[in-house]
Amino acid sequence: MRFVGGKFLHLIVVILAVTVLTFAMLDLLPTSAAYAVAGANASAHDIAAIQEDLGLGDPALVRYGKWLAGVLRGDLGVSLVSGQPVAQAVASHLPATVELVVLAQLFTLLIAVPVGLFSAWRVDSRFDRFCSALGFGLTSIPSFALAMVLVYFLALKLKWFPAVGYAPLSAGIWPNLKSLFLPAVSLALVEWVILMRVLRSELIATLQEDFILLARAKGLPAWKILLQHALRPSLFGALTVFGLQVGNLIGGAVIVEQLFALPGIGRLLLAGIFAQDFTMVQGCVLLIAVAYVAVNFLVDVGYGLLDPRVRCGGVVRG
Amino acid sequence: MDRKAGGVFWLAVAWLVLVAALAVSAAWWPLPAPDQIDWVRLTAKPGDGGHLLGTDSLGRDIAARLLFGARVSLFVGFLAPCIGLLAGGLLGILAGFYRGTFDALIVVIIDTLLALPRLVLLLVVAFVFGSSLFSLTLSLGIVIAPSVARIVRALTIRIAEREFILAARAAGASDAAIILREILPNVLMPMLVYMLVITALVIVAEGSLGFLGLSVASPMPSWGGMIAEGRDVLAEHPHVSMIPAAVMFLTVLAVNLLGDRMRGWLDVRESQL
Repeated sequence: MRFVGGKFLHLIVVILAVTVLTFAMLDLLPTSAAYAVAGANASAHDIAAIQEDLGLGDPALVRYGKWLAGVLRGDLGVSLVSGQPVAQAVASHLPATVELVVLAQLFTLLIAVPVGLFSAWRVDSRFDRFCSALGFGLTSIPSFALAMVLVYFLALKLKWFPAVGYAPLSAGIWPNLKSLFLPAVSLALVEWVILMRVLRSELIATLQEDFILLARAKGLPAWKILLQHALRPSLFGALTVFGLQVGNLIGGAVIVEQLFALPGIGRLLLAGIFAQDFTMVQGCVLLIAVAYVAVNFLVDVGYGLLDPRVRCGGVVRG
Repeated sequence: MDRKAGGVFWLAVAWLVLVAALAVSAAWWPLPAPDQIDWVRLTAKPGDGGHLLGTDSLGRDIAARLLFGARVSLFVGFLAPCIGLLAGGLLGILAGFYRGTFDALIVVIIDTLLALPRLVLLLVVAFVFGSSLFSLTLSLGIVIAPSVARIVRALTIRIAEREFILAARAAGASDAAIILREILPNVLMPMLVYMLVITALVIVAEGSLGFLGLSVASPMPSWGGMIAEGRDVLAEHPHVSMIPAAVMFLTVLAVNLLGDRMRGWLDVRESQL
């Protein structure tokens, strides 16, 4: 419990700092916010009125306090461009992002875990070397270039999937999955490599331990040794990477969201940036940061579930 | 991949030298200007009408745009890691050496900046700083700095408790002398090895911004922007996107190969110590 408590305190500090940062960042440009609302033809009088309206005349600390109080009530302000409440806009863009994250990480696991297991079981085999080389190449392809190649072959030539667009779950599960397949695969094709590398090297270390020797001596089949004995103690690094990847995809998948026209958080942020919609950018950044920190907190708690030594403050290898 | 020597490594070096040479000499080749429009040949195939690699959907010469785009990629790929290393390295060393309140403050700042996906942080910083080539480089440097600071701080803390630091202090060396003469050389080597990895990341990041239309302003070509511009004609004229995508892939791959090899050399040296 003490372990989780300490981590939670750290979480609160970082989230508070993030709110300061997001607020300060956009506060660097207080007049431009008024200009953005007023449009190009505004008079100086209009600008002053809008500044008054947005409370831009108050000292920064007061404005931060007001803003933070609003955030705690779930009020992220209203969009400077459309007038829509930011919280509402963010909430309506969450489903696409969450679905994309879940699907992409599912594909990532489906590739990374089997490949990691096989590679670690037969280190330096032809399969192992092929996968390492393939992974090295894949991590050198920018995600958007890879996505374009996939779109060209699978959507435009073979016409198996739609090239752009998002079908919400309400339109049926099959069209929904079809619209998310290419985006998720183009993310997973890069992400599995890093997860596989970490898993592979930890598995190699685990497989040299005495309890594995015992399991082999008992004559257990390879799959049983790998899945029941070796996998769980080798999951620390993989869990960390997995957490970072999930956190990274909430908002960080902006390119894939943009390329496939998925209405996700990243795309909302990008639209806000293009439209100079400060409150929208602020709301998105806050959500993305909180999600990222929260995911990493869950990972820390996950360590405790994987290994009781962490819970009791003992020493953990690796 | 680690033990196979020579061939691939020299291919990577050759490719990078070629790209760099072409980028430097971009203006001297008998090619159309990168923003010159050939109205007759829109999306021309490679080789058509004297366009070595064809034209894009606005009839601009792809080869010329690639050369000038290489300037942006290489400029940013070289300078941004330098800025990031300098800023992050300085803060990391100071935090790791002096510890205390300053260190705690730096750690909170690092954690805060790293609590955003890199691309999101980059989007926001670029949004604040604007999109000239200079501010773009600065933004990329700022985005790199926290990760560098975190690594350098950890290295510094480990080095600061070694005996030779104690010896230097006993010999009467000042803090500045210890940092410059004892700690810096020990931190620099590992960081220079990371430099190439960072360069690859930066080239991709600049490409991502270009792809989103947020890199250098329009008449100046950027590889990411070129890939994005080919999207509308992807079905009929895939070469408009695929050629810049391939060039970018090869460049990033070459940088990664070099970085991988250099890390190998350093590991060997460390294990011999």
